[in-house]
Amino acid sequence: MQHNHKNMNYFVDEQGYYGDFGGAYIPEMLYPNVEELRANYLKIIADPGFRAEFDQLLKDYVGRPSPLYRAGRLSERYGANIFLKREDLNHTGAHKINNTIGQILMAERLGKKRIIAETGAGQHGVATATVCALRGLECVVYMGEIDIQRQAPNVARMKMLGAKVVPATSGSKTLKDATNEAMRDWINNPVDTHYIIGSVVGPHPYPDMVARFQSVISAETKKQLLEQTGSALPDFVLACVGGGSNAIGMFYHFLDDTAVKLVAVEAAGKGVRSGYSAATTLLGQEGVLHGSRSILMQTEDGQVVEPHSVSAGLDYPGIGPQHAHLFKTGRGEYVSITDEESLQAGLLLTQMEGIIPAIESAHALAYLEKMDLKTGQSVVVCLSGRGDKDMETYMKYFGL
Amino acid sequence: MNRLEALFSKKKQNILSIYYTAGYPALNDTLRIAEELEAAGADLLEIGFPYSDPVADGPVIQGSSKIALDNGMNLKLLFEQLKDLRSRVNIPVLLMGYVNPMLQFGVENFCRACKEVGVDGCIVPDLPMAEYERHYKTLFGSYDLCNIFLITPQTSEERIRKIDSLSRGFIYLLSSSATTGKNLDVSEDTEAYFSRIQSMNLKNPLMIGFGIHDRHTFKKTAAYASGAIIGSAFVKNIGEGKPVSDFIASITGT
Repeated sequence: MQHNHKNMNYFVDEQGYYGDFGGAYIPEMLYPNVEELRANYLKIIADPGFRAEFDQLLKDYVGRPSPLYRAGRLSERYGANIFLKREDLNHTGAHKINNTIGQILMAERLGKKRIIAETGAGQHGVATATVCALRGLECVVYMGEIDIQRQAPNVARMKMLGAKVVPATSGSKTLKDATNEAMRDWINNPVDTHYIIGSVVGPHPYPDMVARFQSVISAETKKQLLEQTGSALPDFVLACVGGGSNAIGMFYHFLDDTAVKLVAVEAAGKGVRSGYSAATTLLGQEGVLHGSRSILMQTEDGQVVEPHSVSAGLDYPGIGPQHAHLFKTGRGEYVSITDEESLQAGLLLTQMEGIIPAIESAHALAYLEKMDLKTGQSVVVCLSGRGDKDMETYMKYFGL
Repeated sequence: MNRLEALFSKKKQNILSIYYTAGYPALNDTLRIAEELEAAGADLLEIGFPYSDPVADGPVIQGSSKIALDNGMNLKLLFEQLKDLRSRVNIPVLLMGYVNPMLQFGVENFCRACKEVGVDGCIVPDLPMAEYERHYKTLFGSYDLCNIFLITPQTSEERIRKIDSLSRGFIYLLSSSATTGKNLDVSEDTEAYFSRIQSMNLKNPLMIGFGIHDRHTFKKTAAYASGAIIGSAFVKNIGEGKPVSDFIASITGT
């Protein structure tokens, strides 16, 4: 989480911007809460007591460091060294918990008594409900009515963890609307509530705070890669992007190592031009959504467009402002993978390595098929989550 | 001095401002409702341009925005509808909406179009003060538009002073930190908050809004300001097809 960058170009500036993107486009009702967080988050993160507690929970509760696994059969297939960063082995099954642990400790230090969150597939909702149970705080999770139907097991997990799951019934009744409802809750509860945003989106300082909590992924990767190969720097780093939290975590400590190519994989859905896609950088324009200026899928009139992806975690019409900046500056390469390609990649990993990936992470894996890798090159893929939650989709697609 | 500033210089109390969503209930109702509101005795209009993700709004205005969008409302069309505004309506008019549609339309295009049709200013809840000051203040000024800022019970005194210094027209005092359309119960705490702001002697007049839905809440809040703003309660009424004049009469008692 600590960094002293010679080149600050890829990180947030004092005004909360990444180049042209970021800021805090929030109604006045949210200003006191967001400002309180902005004024305190760096101090809190730098506090040795906070760091010690965060590190210990990541180690003893989440199970970190997560392994960096050299996938032997995949390496053979692609003729290069393929490493998987195993975030799927974290407690609750995905990278999401890195952020919720950090934010619950932050909320406690800000004296908050009540936690709210949004969730799409339910992974962030489960990770939030988990840390609330751990610390004994009230938890309310907003989830689109349609997602509640699609993700029944995660809804049950959240309830069992003691969270109240509130259906978002407005708009398309999915992640975007759950986020709107969480923001409305925060407006109506301006004093005692902390909003745990699940991705590197939202008003400053959220994108930077979440990135710092997720940056443990790349910090560990560098160390592990050095131990295993003698070099801390791979040729490529791959991660899937919805809002983009696992990707930022995976890229973070490589951002200034410009020899490392950073590849962000978006969801093309049924095809980029099909009208059923979530490939934000290809289909979006600059605009403001959920409190920050970034790139989002929208009509000419500035109305936000409904995305589509088979993976609920990538089914979001925007990307975090730091991603928009990496895309615009060319530091990151943004590519896309269809629903079908991702499902095939999920099956391939399962049968070649014995790991069933989340369909989100399978998007990143699918891009390996499209790369022209050379012998001796190394690639790290962020395996952001496990596929248990996606079994119904896999079963339906493959007729299992 | 534009129409908005003129209103506040001649009328000091019980100013009634009404919000409604453009293109709702039917696409071409925008000007008709404006005319009827003026005839019924409203002093000031806030015409909402709809957005797909209105985070500061409760269910009523979310619903009217969705129907307006489904009807085909957008900023380009709204400015076309407002071409005849000043031959039909004399009271000041503000546009209210979220920043993204404005950005796509182009902020300068937006300002120019407002000036051309005779709109006097706007309220953009998610356009932050810092951003406004840095990028848009000069632009708004050059088109003689007032930008209206909100304050809430949690807004610090320092920030209120800063908002006062950047404001033209009036300051929008929220009755509580809430989304729109939550019926207000004017408690002792609320009155203490209104008194606190009133005693700051700001250079801009105050209008109180959010949750004001009947004659009682209008009277009670307007007493602490130049007047009050009604949105969701009015939108609900026109959505039910009730006459504009009946609703205004129920508030003003005339």
